[in-house]
Amino acid sequence: MKKIKTPLMKSVRTKLRCGQEVLLSGTIYTARDEAHKKLTELIRRKKKLPFDLKDAVIYYSGPTPMRRNGLFGSCGPTTSSRMDKFTPILLKESLGAMIGKGRRSNRVRDLIKREKAVYLLAIGGAGAYLAKRIKSSSVLAFKKLGPEAIYKLEVKDFPLVVGIDSSGRSVYK
Amino acid sequence: MRKINVNKIKKVVSELCIEANVNLRRDIYKAILKALKKETNRRARSILGILLENAGIARGESRALCQDTGLVCVYVRIGQDVKLVGGDLKKSIDSGVKEGYKKGALRKSVVKSPLLRVNTGTNTPSIIYTDIVKGNKLKITVIPKGFGSENKSKLEMLNPTQGEKDIISFILEVVKEAGPDACPPYILGIGLGGTFDKASSLAKKALISPIDRQNAKKHLRKLEDAILKEVNKLGIGPMGLGGKTTCLGVNILEYPTHIAGLPVAVNVGCHITRSASRVI
Repeated sequence: MKKIKTPLMKSVRTKLRCGQEVLLSGTIYTARDEAHKKLTELIRRKKKLPFDLKDAVIYYSGPTPMRRNGLFGSCGPTTSSRMDKFTPILLKESLGAMIGKGRRSNRVRDLIKREKAVYLLAIGGAGAYLAKRIKSSSVLAFKKLGPEAIYKLEVKDFPLVVGIDSSGRSVYK
Repeated sequence: MRKINVNKIKKVVSELCIEANVNLRRDIYKAILKALKKETNRRARSILGILLENAGIARGESRALCQDTGLVCVYVRIGQDVKLVGGDLKKSIDSGVKEGYKKGALRKSVVKSPLLRVNTGTNTPSIIYTDIVKGNKLKITVIPKGFGSENKSKLEMLNPTQGEKDIISFILEVVKEAGPDACPPYILGIGLGGTFDKASSLAKKALISPIDRQNAKKHLRKLEDAILKEVNKLGIGPMGLGGKTTCLGVNILEYPTHIAGLPVAVNVGCHITRSASRVI
């Protein structure tokens, strides 16, 4: 299976094909509804973001609390379509990839194609299995949001399927 | 009168919250195993295998099956010969939820107001349904309901002259719309009849029954089988990436209704639909 690393550079993204299975290693950032609202507000107000979006990978996930070892018990993907209204502004800021579950809007798909980004799928409802591929985690921003905060994760061989590739082809037709 | 202290209820609710979130229901585990044997799509087989592995890891390492540990619905069947002592029933249930979610390191997913959206930090309040029945026992069932699937649930007020065919086509529409988004293969809880609200509550309650238990009513059993067959023809499959396994089980509950209506509610459940019960 193809192994890929973060930051996920354009030269790597454009080689990924819809339906392809990949293993991702490196740093990824969690962000779901409230964090997206805050990130896009920061961009609109031209403020500094908590992490560099260029070639970065965002994971749509709100993990269970950290356990004694500092790692999450369960950390799977949430439904991506809820982020669709915020995604275009992030893609225009050179976001490299998103990890989630389910379909995206046509507008997001078109922008993925235009910006040569990629949308990756993780297995929904397998949070315990996926959490074991996370090697370290720390809260990065919006701590008050609890499970909706932005966490910085180091993942090793995180199993994913290419949902929408950089030419705009979707695995869901 | 048999006395039951509400502190006992708190303790049981706390344990059930952890149990439901960590242990995949036996009937569902068996259904995934059965689907794996029948499934011919390579990717679907591999995903179903991972779902079983996920269940093993969750149980073995006391991890939540899914990070969305849900909004907790609690069903309490109270025997009419039971006298509750030691405090307030609803408060004891919510303090049980709070304790379970803290002890089990489960996610707190409840916001105080749907508009103001401030997390309560305790995963309470829960949604409590009480029912007074015969006897001197008390049965508690806890359903932590994830919202990926809850968001795809729907209700339709059909006309009384519509029937099975229209019910099936409505349900197929609901499942198609859920598509890959709500963690297929699904468990469908269906409520027929009653009123607008009764049909919805029946649909949720239907998710509690084991999917391998036959419906006692023959006409509902037939409809459950027909729905399961049709839904599995959709080809959505695990993760929505294709295959024969789109639905693991269908449970229907019905209630008498008005001459002018036929309410149909579908509560979509994901492949780790959770519930746990105990009798005190």
